[in-house]
Amino acid sequence: MASHPQIVDGRGRLRSPAAFLRRLSNGDAIAHFITLTFAATILLITSLLVYELWINSRLPRHAFGWRFLFTSVWDPVFGHFGALPFVYGTLVTSAVALIIAVPLGLGAAIFLAEMAPRGLSDILAFLIELLAAVPSVIYGLLGIFIVVPLVRDYVGPFLKSTLGFLPLFRGPCYGVGFLTAGIILAVMIIPFIISVSREVLLSVPPDQREASLSLGATRWEATWKAVVPFARTGILGSIFLALARALGETMAVTMVIGNDPKISASLLAPGYSIAAVIANEFTEASGDLYLQSLIELGLVLFLLTFILNGLARILIAATETKGMASE
Amino acid sequence: MTSHVNPPVITTAARTNDPFAGAVLKDIANEQLRFHVAGLNFFYGAKQSLFDVNLEIPANCITALIGPSGCGKSTFLRTLNRMQETVRHTRVEGTVLLDGQDIFDMDVVRLRRRVGMVFQRPNPFPKSIFENVAYGLRINGFRGKLADRVEHSLHRAALWDEVKDVLHKSAYALSGGQQQRLCIARALAVDPEVLLLDEPCSALDPISTAKIEELMLQLRSACTVVIVTHNMQQAARVSDVAAFLLEGRVVECRPTAQLFTTPSDPRTEAYITGRFG
Amino acid sequence: MTLHLRWRKFVNLLMLGLTGVCVTVAVSALLIILGYLVIHGARSLNWNFFTKLPKPVGETGGGMANAIIGSAKLILLASCIGIPIGCIGGIYLAEFGGKTFSFLVRYTTDLLNGVPSIVIGIFAYTVVVLPMQHFSALAGGFALGIMMIPIAVRSTEEFLRAIPRSLREGSVALGASKWKTIVRVVVPAAIGGITTGIMLDIARVAGETAPLLFTAFSNRYWSPGWNQPTASLPVMIYTYAIAPYEDWHRQAWAAALVLLALVLLTNIVARLVLYSRRGSVSR
Repeated sequence: MASHPQIVDGRGRLRSPAAFLRRLSNGDAIAHFITLTFAATILLITSLLVYELWINSRLPRHAFGWRFLFTSVWDPVFGHFGALPFVYGTLVTSAVALIIAVPLGLGAAIFLAEMAPRGLSDILAFLIELLAAVPSVIYGLLGIFIVVPLVRDYVGPFLKSTLGFLPLFRGPCYGVGFLTAGIILAVMIIPFIISVSREVLLSVPPDQREASLSLGATRWEATWKAVVPFARTGILGSIFLALARALGETMAVTMVIGNDPKISASLLAPGYSIAAVIANEFTEASGDLYLQSLIELGLVLFLLTFILNGLARILIAATETKGMASE
Repeated sequence: MTSHVNPPVITTAARTNDPFAGAVLKDIANEQLRFHVAGLNFFYGAKQSLFDVNLEIPANCITALIGPSGCGKSTFLRTLNRMQETVRHTRVEGTVLLDGQDIFDMDVVRLRRRVGMVFQRPNPFPKSIFENVAYGLRINGFRGKLADRVEHSLHRAALWDEVKDVLHKSAYALSGGQQQRLCIARALAVDPEVLLLDEPCSALDPISTAKIEELMLQLRSACTVVIVTHNMQQAARVSDVAAFLLEGRVVECRPTAQLFTTPSDPRTEAYITGRFG
Repeated sequence: MTLHLRWRKFVNLLMLGLTGVCVTVAVSALLIILGYLVIHGARSLNWNFFTKLPKPVGETGGGMANAIIGSAKLILLASCIGIPIGCIGGIYLAEFGGKTFSFLVRYTTDLLNGVPSIVIGIFAYTVVVLPMQHFSALAGGFALGIMMIPIAVRSTEEFLRAIPRSLREGSVALGASKWKTIVRVVVPAAIGGITTGIMLDIARVAGETAPLLFTAFSNRYWSPGWNQPTASLPVMIYTYAIAPYEDWHRQAWAAALVLLALVLLTNIVARLVLYSRRGSVSR
């Protein structure tokens, strides 16, 4: 019977080689190692992705430097590449999409979170989640055959006749262009705004709403003046997330934007986006500079979405901790 | 009623100079010691919750650990099968011997096969009744007729008659009391030498509790039972030996009848008469 | 009732109406999409669509049999990459993870999830197509597989964490080692949720077009093996939709209907299962 006290470490393991071997043989250490390796693969893949984007865009980076982002010439024949038309197109279509989608999405989220009875809210939220599952190319298909004629024959002429004095709505309207792409993008990002905003609104502690109602506010007033401001940062986060999604959206935009690398003030004019030009010209790019310029565009897109997604997550987390702290 | 076993003789001589080291059992004649615990200290991070615990648990008896909540009885129980190792930042110092062997020097898997545990809330696996009982056998590489062993364990847990026709059904279809007996059967299936029960009846109704207490009395002859309970009447009903713990220390440990009728420590008396805890 | 109160009540009602209109717009978008596809696609769906190869450019008729098989192959390959890495990585995060490393893995997984699909296509191009010097199903499956990883990780981790600790303790107390507990108790208990998560993952990846444009590319014939450019439903829809041929537009609608039907059905089934489980989760 041993009587001297044995020191064991926190896991109760004796520090001795025999004990270590015994530990190894029961498989836990192996399992830990294997699962860790697979998890590490994710790190490896992502690092490799960034590395490949960087290394395969070195030609244009060395040739153009920062000017790449501010040049509006896209001339494969003479090897002059500038990203400005595409960055412009990406930003404009996303802006149009946000202008349409945010009020609609926020309104719908408020309805679902605050005004509708729970059962109805759940069913509608379910249907809207399905909307998010529709593949991009199908949005594009419907865009070509429904929205483009609609814009060409009704919306465009209407806007020109009423708001034609604005440079936004001047010039010929072919149906394809920034506006059409923006409309389709709006439909695509609405589900994200709705579902994230709805979750954020539902996570606001009920005492905010109750305090307002008990002071005699109407339902709407309680919502708009107490709940929504509380969830402000989270809602902003949902908008950022939707924006990040819109920036990277490829197929639907490619099919309706007109594919014209020009910067126009008019929304009715055709344009181009970063994702669209990569999709269209990648397989036909002749020469390394051309291809690598497209890859550099991909790098730009990556960085844009990276920053936006990061900001979005911080904002959403901020609302959720705010909710918990005040409990 | 209580024990039919010769109660071990207790000496109250302290083993160390520490007046709080607690009393030590000395066995007589044919009674062995199953567990011998010396100088056990338990730390969770920087916080210490067991202080120099010295205890000896006799074989084939029911030992009850009683005390107010937070006194460390569950913590102590869980060190007996090294379950504290599943939690980070825990540290144990001291010696725990099972039949003379240091449990920290043993393969923990084999230790846990010899020392089984039943938890406060029934935790059957989301499998069938049969598979729940067979689980321990399967993972320990049992070669033999599984069905016989399962049946035998369910008999020992006094559950066989109630489930013999529905062995394939989910364990969750059983009532709380039945689930707990299933957990006992599951633990018994691997034929442990010791069964640790951590407040096994606290989530159960009185009838299920009575059934499980009856079970424990029957198990005693083949198995050493250590039970943590906050129910003093239960401790008085079933145990042979009782240890009273307070704030991480063993105050006294004696045959149950003696501890309850003539406690040697005023704190024990205060607890039993309900003045606190 | 004062005038001001009347006004406030009016505003309340008005906003109820307006926000309701917003929801109606959103939901009707879904119904319009479904409606159009059913109307235009159903009449072009025929036996030929599922069994015939595409006809040469300009000729009418033909089908998309190769695209259907191609998509299936790509999804299979993507699953072979995405599911193991995602699920086992998720097991690491839920069961083993150390503090800093887990944070890194989670952060990177979220990062990967946010990468636009066309950029993933570029990555697959540089890593698979360039060394091989040609398009292939391998490259396409690789791209789709990478897109599958983040959701698989998140899904697996979430459902493993939902399994109560008491189940793990019960297994360990019987003498099971940690990995045996994971394999025999925890994962089987969580498998329902994990599977539905994977189903949603596959449905998402099945509709992706952009990453395939310069990895698997396309093919008007069968593409046996994994080394050839491979047709896929989404890419066919794209190619046919932007082409000037009426017959191709017809076929694009049909393909879109098939694709959407598969994607939506998978989504509906998986989400219904998930929501019903959430009611009976905690044990």
